[in-house]
Amino acid sequence: MTIDMNNASAVTLRVNGTDYPMLLETERNLLGAIRDEVGLTGTKEGCDDCECGACMVLVDGQPVNSCSYLAVQAQGREITTIEGLADGQQLSELQAAILEAGGVQCGFCTPGMLMSATALLDRNPSPTREEIKVGLGGNLCRCTGYGRILDAVERAVTIR
Amino acid sequence: MSFAIATTLDQALAAIADGARPIAGGSDLVVGARHGKAPLPESLVAIDRIAELAEIKAGGDVTRIGAVVNHARLMTDPTVVGNYTALADAAALVGSPATRNVGTLGGNIMNGSPAMDTGAPLVVMGAQVELQSTGGTRTLSIAHLWDAPGSNTAAAGELCTAVLLPPPGDRCGSAYVRLEYRRAMEIAVVGAAAAVVLDEAGAIVNARVALAAVAPTIIEVDGIEDLVAGRALDDDGRAAVADAASSQASPISDMRASDAYRRHTVGVMARRALDAAVRRALGEEIAVPVNRALGIGAA
Repeated sequence: MTIDMNNASAVTLRVNGTDYPMLLETERNLLGAIRDEVGLTGTKEGCDDCECGACMVLVDGQPVNSCSYLAVQAQGREITTIEGLADGQQLSELQAAILEAGGVQCGFCTPGMLMSATALLDRNPSPTREEIKVGLGGNLCRCTGYGRILDAVERAVTIR
Repeated sequence: MSFAIATTLDQALAAIADGARPIAGGSDLVVGARHGKAPLPESLVAIDRIAELAEIKAGGDVTRIGAVVNHARLMTDPTVVGNYTALADAAALVGSPATRNVGTLGGNIMNGSPAMDTGAPLVVMGAQVELQSTGGTRTLSIAHLWDAPGSNTAAAGELCTAVLLPPPGDRCGSAYVRLEYRRAMEIAVVGAAAAVVLDEAGAIVNARVALAAVAPTIIEVDGIEDLVAGRALDDDGRAAVADAASSQASPISDMRASDAYRRHTVGVMARRALDAAVRRALGEEIAVPVNRALGIGAA
């Protein structure tokens, strides 16, 4: 199957289990489609250069820097954003753990951190602290100094 | 601007013959476009859903790694980690989990950065690159793939479809190490890969060393066998290899390092890569990546 599109074309993106039809230009990034077309603003734009991880989402369960990923490439894939982690009012274990560990200061990096950590625990349910550092290697935080974020992931592992 | 998703190789080759540029993860193409380095091509064809390009096939007289196999898989695949360990070392150092998830082997080698991590390992392991077009298939030695920084020798209409590696042998070992200032989202300041074959007594039968980020392309160091073959690796051999690597490098100065610093440190990296390759060939387990296992690079 080949889908041919010119300029703005009709695309459906599946975000957190819901299909969102939209018009997209080829050059639109996934971050922009999620924030401006779907209207979910938990995913942040930091560097817009694939360096800081504030825009991290999961595509088919794997972490992706959505600032530097074409939205049209995500057709037919399952996209998960920070809004998809909680079950109603019930926070995910990682969300609860980062609150309890005090791993949030300004909060700008938090959604990306949680998406990377979610992907990490999905592929490695009991990582060492060193493996957690590698798993969060693509996420920058300019407030906390990382210690409490790492503590939070360790906490989520132990309460599982 | 047009965009198509190919699900078969024939669809992709037809689109490329019509002038489309292939895109897998987009980690070079999209980042470059957003940075203003180069606008996105007018026509794109996505190749990341073509199943046959995502296969790793071992056995027989060649090991075939599909062009859209990503770095996350290279660093954990048992065939790669067990037999082509330098490539796993390199893949594990690339970017972050997200970068390693979207970035592909074909993309890395075709992007042609002289600082690429996967290139030097592929050179020392004798890789061939498979290029396909609607007109047919050809293979070339990977050393002939690059002609200048950010450039490759593929013709218009050709798609990199696989990297081909010789089958693993007995008493083989390989390693890739790099100098880096931080552990994640880093580009090699300099890098070196080594591959060796030993005899039953542990003497070196065959050795190759290649260097990253010290020349306009990845380069192989000439004359390594004359320096180390016929005996077990010793301090004279280590020093001679480091000197050869430094003297054959032609590095530039840029924001990451001066030419003099690169020339010196690439010798150190070549010596360490050779050392790790020999230890692996002798049966020692050194975990992937060597940089972390042996504490090389950023603390």
